[in-house]
Amino acid sequence: MSEGADVPQWAAVAVGILVLAGAAITLAGTIGLVRFKTFYQRVHAPTLGTSYGAGLVLLASIMSFSVTQSRPVLHEVLILAFVVITTPVTLVLLARAALYRDRAEGNGAVPGRERAGRDDDHPG
Amino acid sequence: MSALLFLAWSLAAAQFMLAIAMAMAAWRVLRGPRAQDRVLALDSLYVSAMLLLVTFGIRTGSTLYFEVALVIGLLSFVATAALAKFLMRGEVIE
Repeated sequence: MSEGADVPQWAAVAVGILVLAGAAITLAGTIGLVRFKTFYQRVHAPTLGTSYGAGLVLLASIMSFSVTQSRPVLHEVLILAFVVITTPVTLVLLARAALYRDRAEGNGAVPGRERAGRDDDHPG
Repeated sequence: MSALLFLAWSLAAAQFMLAIAMAMAAWRVLRGPRAQDRVLALDSLYVSAMLLLVTFGIRTGSTLYFEVALVIGLLSFVATAALAKFLMRGEVIE
């Protein structure tokens, strides 16, 4: 931080811990993206980064800018709200597309096949 | 002073971790067995890049990075939604 001379110590420590936690959670999500076996398991992993990872890093950014400019700086809430709203929408669209492709090919990759024979489009 | 040192090191470590996260997502983009894996990894790559830019913003104290991160977030939504639509229907605009 370039103009970090006027940052109080508690704020510096809190921002550091928040940034570290957010980055570690995002990294855990992408490790899951690499290590899981099927697509339907992999869909769950990156949501760690978009929910908790983005939340913690953006909270650190809010705290850092609010302390350095000594007024509440809340524009990171915009990114957070946008990411939190859009990620479930896009991932549901993507999971539906994957389900459609796997069913159209009939390659046996669709989860929940032990309940086959029922109407597939009704959950539960 | 030691608190500021801790902040500098934790920002560096966080940037390193986010860069590794981007590398792992890029690996899945390149290797992913099917198209939906690549799209999912691309979305994860977008999010990691956005968070990396936010940490750059914290480090430099400039709000310019915030706007870049916001644009990346918007592009991530549009790109992933369009690609999911393409995988579902075979065309984006019908």
